[in-house]
Amino acid sequence: MADHNAVSPLRQPLISKPRTLAGITDDIFGQMQRRPTGLWWLAFAVAASLLLLGVGTVTYEILTGIGTWGLNRTVGWAFDITNFVFWVGIGHAGTLISAILFLFRQKWRTSINRSAEAMTLFAVMCAGVFPLIHMGRPWDAFFVFPYPNDRGPLWVNFRSPLLWDVFAISTYFTVSAVFWFVGLVPDLATVRDRLSAGLKKRIFSILSLGWTGSARVWARYETLYMLLAGLATPLVLSVHTIVSMDFATSVIPGWHTTIFPPYFVAGAVFSGFAMVLTLMIIARAVMGLDHLITQRHLENMAKIIIVTGGIVGLAYGTEFFIAWFSGSKYERFTFVNRATGPFAWAYWIMVSCNVISPQLLWFKRLRTSTVALFVLSLVINVGMWFERFVIIVTSLHRDFLPSSWGTYAPTKIEVFTLLGSFGLFFTLFLLFVRALPVISIGEVKSVLGYGRAGHAGAAPARPAPDPQAAATVLEVA
Amino acid sequence: MGRLQATFDDEAALLRATAAARRAGIAIDDAFTPYAVHGLEEAMGLRRSRLTWVCFAAGLTGAASAMGFQVWSSTVSWPLNVGGKPFASIPAFIPITFELTVLSAALASAFFFFFRSRLFPGRRAAPPPRVTDDRFVLVVADSEAARRLLEAGGATELEGVG
Repeated sequence: MADHNAVSPLRQPLISKPRTLAGITDDIFGQMQRRPTGLWWLAFAVAASLLLLGVGTVTYEILTGIGTWGLNRTVGWAFDITNFVFWVGIGHAGTLISAILFLFRQKWRTSINRSAEAMTLFAVMCAGVFPLIHMGRPWDAFFVFPYPNDRGPLWVNFRSPLLWDVFAISTYFTVSAVFWFVGLVPDLATVRDRLSAGLKKRIFSILSLGWTGSARVWARYETLYMLLAGLATPLVLSVHTIVSMDFATSVIPGWHTTIFPPYFVAGAVFSGFAMVLTLMIIARAVMGLDHLITQRHLENMAKIIIVTGGIVGLAYGTEFFIAWFSGSKYERFTFVNRATGPFAWAYWIMVSCNVISPQLLWFKRLRTSTVALFVLSLVINVGMWFERFVIIVTSLHRDFLPSSWGTYAPTKIEVFTLLGSFGLFFTLFLLFVRALPVISIGEVKSVLGYGRAGHAGAAPARPAPDPQAAATVLEVA
Repeated sequence: MGRLQATFDDEAALLRATAAARRAGIAIDDAFTPYAVHGLEEAMGLRRSRLTWVCFAAGLTGAASAMGFQVWSSTVSWPLNVGGKPFASIPAFIPITFELTVLSAALASAFFFFFRSRLFPGRRAAPPPRVTDDRFVLVVADSEAARRLLEAGGATELEGVG
């Protein structure tokens, strides 16, 4: 215990303003109690309109059939599966922050893990929509589960990567939701105890399951949190591995490659962190929580983007090298066609967004500039969407037999469905930041003393009186 | 014998008082904190949680049932020749086995955590005031010695509770 009071000069405080414990509750609870800002309403209006557009488009598509898409016999997978892989990938950064950084004891994650996990859930929901509508007859979607039926029973094909996907995505969603909820329970109790009697208090009472903050429960809770983090870590790696196997187990040149699992996982984390950056920069701007989500958080995420972007760039290079080195002329043709064929524009968008643009983050000035980070995060998101488009469409449109070559262009319906998925994602996220504690109150309190004098007791409940906090306390009491 | 509830302003004071109370042989009932205080379980002398065993058993069950079901359905129930692969094509069954291992381990751990901690929707919580916000509370068996010790240990409030 003695060294609790030692402060390493290497440790920068994680929370940039000195705050009291109650001050942290005030910051996050106050945020939930304030009326939404004009900016929030504007963002919500845009997101909800896009969602409405998406709902309308998908309804039309289901009533009419997937003939409304630009698919043909050569290019049977295009926009829809691109969007699926894109959204699943986005989700992965949330799990990386909540589980992997937890196991590595990266304490800076505490300010962003709650919203990153929420992002995971919403992204997986968006992803799930696409295979569902791609079935054409979504009302038969339950056929993908091995339920006892009167056709034999005839079971699903357990050897198919598409079925592995069903299990991977549904497990991923369930475990992420459980992890997220378990993390939320103590904070829901904090909110419950701050609210004055009313409907909202009743709702939070039910949701917080009667949490009291008992040390016996906390000890068990820590064990559970560790277990879930340990389970979510291999799970997140398995999910994108299995998604990549949808392609890698086929015989199509450009898909049939063993590099896909690590390549897809790195790409997923890369794109996911770009999306977390986008969301956090927006959240900082509209919520005034700059002292909790600090410049340092943004910089750390930028560093992870450099690493994963580097892995992605290396994978692009390796693919090209192996295409040449393998001696397979189909493989070679596919890659030369990617870079110089009719979809070369998409390929070079991908390379410039994913390989070249993240290199700018080596410069500390750009890494610490919010505007530069915001622009780069959007650029990377665009690039990673194109990566999936390039992999899927360019490999399919010219495969073995020139007589079966074709081309592909999306229809309005497909573009609107993509926009609709962004609408769904941002609508859910904007509702989340209003309805629930957007930052993990309990976890931030536990790192409040980090890097400050007298670590363990560094967060006194009553320091120099903060009139605002005192007023809130009185009000609540 | 009644119980004594001592309130502290920070985790260091709570940790010191808890360790001191335990050394003095005062029975510690429970503590209430706004966040997980590291070292408190040692200070209170709590045993390690056995949740890890639940997790392990559930994971094992999930793995065995997933692999068992896939093998049974593809060899006994309806053997189907897919691309000339063996009916019991174990490597192809690994991904689903893995997913179900994780799923059952995670769900069972969470379920047993809520069950064991008696947390469920509709449960009435009556925590000491402000422990979910910024107060640290230690509940011990009430005695004159305990009162003296906790007061010396920096408790800001002492209250007998039933």
